[in-house]
Amino acid sequence: MFNPSLQLIKKEIRQKNFENILSTVTFFLFLPALVIIFMLFLKGYPALSWNFLTQDPIHGMTAGGIFPTIVGTFWLVIISVLVSCPLGVTAAIYLSEYATDNKMNRLIRLAILNLAGVPSIVHALFGLGAFVLFLKMGTSILAASFTLAVMNLPVIITSTLESLQAVPMSYREASWNVGASKLQTIRHIVLPNSIPGILTGVVFAVGRSAGETAAILFTGVAFYLPFLPQTVFDQCMSLSMHLFTISTQVVGVPDSYPFATALVLIMLILSVNSIAVGLRYYFRTRRKW
Amino acid sequence: MIKKIQIQDLSVNYGNHNVIEGLNLDIYENEVLAIIGPANSGKSSLLRCLNRMMDFNPKAKVKGKILLDGESIYDDEDSTTLRRRIGMVSPLPVGLPMTIKENVTYAPRMAGCKDQHELDAIMEDCLKKAALWDEVKDRLDTLATKLSGGQQQRLTIARALSHHPEVLCLDEFSIAIDPVTTMKIEAVLHELKKHITIVMVTNVINQAKRLGDRTAMMLHGKILDLNTNDKIFGGEVKDARTKDYIEGLFG
Repeated sequence: MFNPSLQLIKKEIRQKNFENILSTVTFFLFLPALVIIFMLFLKGYPALSWNFLTQDPIHGMTAGGIFPTIVGTFWLVIISVLVSCPLGVTAAIYLSEYATDNKMNRLIRLAILNLAGVPSIVHALFGLGAFVLFLKMGTSILAASFTLAVMNLPVIITSTLESLQAVPMSYREASWNVGASKLQTIRHIVLPNSIPGILTGVVFAVGRSAGETAAILFTGVAFYLPFLPQTVFDQCMSLSMHLFTISTQVVGVPDSYPFATALVLIMLILSVNSIAVGLRYYFRTRRKW
Repeated sequence: MIKKIQIQDLSVNYGNHNVIEGLNLDIYENEVLAIIGPANSGKSSLLRCLNRMMDFNPKAKVKGKILLDGESIYDDEDSTTLRRRIGMVSPLPVGLPMTIKENVTYAPRMAGCKDQHELDAIMEDCLKKAALWDEVKDRLDTLATKLSGGQQQRLTIARALSHHPEVLCLDEFSIAIDPVTTMKIEAVLHELKKHITIVMVTNVINQAKRLGDRTAMMLHGKILDLNTNDKIFGGEVKDARTKDYIEGLFG
């Protein structure tokens, strides 16, 4: 028979304890997310209906639905991602594959990291000055989307850069060794293997754009609009802004409305995220090292 | 004998650290040149100079001349043509994260070949040459990264042959392969040397003895000795250290 020594038993117990601590911490991190969604659902339940999603707000936003705000949020998110993705990925490819380690490029990297730390209200003022006034876009979907895009650029650049650098150098060298050009190597070796990481950055960007309020406050979002935006030069409503408005600015809104609006916003972000998780999974299983 | 590669007064340094100093070397057509020497003597750097991989290392400074068929390898601004003429096998196996088939046909595809029959023919030919065909012919569409280390190394050799190089550089190709497979590949190299020039860096002295026509002994970025194999291994050496190294007495 094997009799474990006292020391071995102690080791075993310590091992178990540590595992328990880790799993408890993980659970408590997970808990708030569940509670938030549960509370929102509970409190917003009375307002939730098909009409809530498909109708315009009426009676000074105290009744009706939130349809225009959903439409506006889609406009903003899609345009901002269309702008920031190509720009961000291109910049990251340059920084990762072409830029040499000199003062200028180190400065650029530092600037990108700092840009990520700039508060969104500062981005809003920048957007107001640069896009609304200087480029004469006026308060419009375009100006608001550009502001969001500028805000998202550092997130996309940083995450893309990280996933590009995670591709082993030996893959690039193997590709160069057989006479593939730098561009071919990026196209056939580096990018296919960093797609999952790039997608993560894009998803973060989408989530941030959808939930952002301050950055679009002065640049393109209206409190209330009686019509849907027709072009990118119109103003629009947005879910996040609407949530702020009906929670603090309008009197006589039913209690359930803000909660239901918040729930829609969160569900929207969650569904985008799950699409991205699915895509990531798909790319992961196809290519693996 | 025709000089395939002429290296004239080659110096390489990384910052202040000199790796190769004033190296002169002629490599003849259809010979196997084995390069032996302890670690850090600049053997791998020398190979990386031959196909201009040093271009990608911003810290490395290369001075001197390297001529391939009498023309400087730096004549052409674009280094991809040069790299197709010089095959390179790295010491650690690199199976690119694509299927076996895509791995072997990567070089011709990047060179613009789209003909499926031609690609298939190249693939079969190269995999056979690298003694891998029998093991993988039934699963050409599986990921190359799932192969064992030794198989991946042979895949690397197959990939290096796929662009029909005139010169094949092998950097310690056998460190990840078992002796039986090594022998198979050595037999292949014997066959190949009828058509191409082979430069082989090796830490296995017997391998240099078996395969090489000539052997060069490198130390601290210089060539101590360079002679035909029967002279080098017959004890006819210029520098006593070469003899010590070959006999395992070095250091």
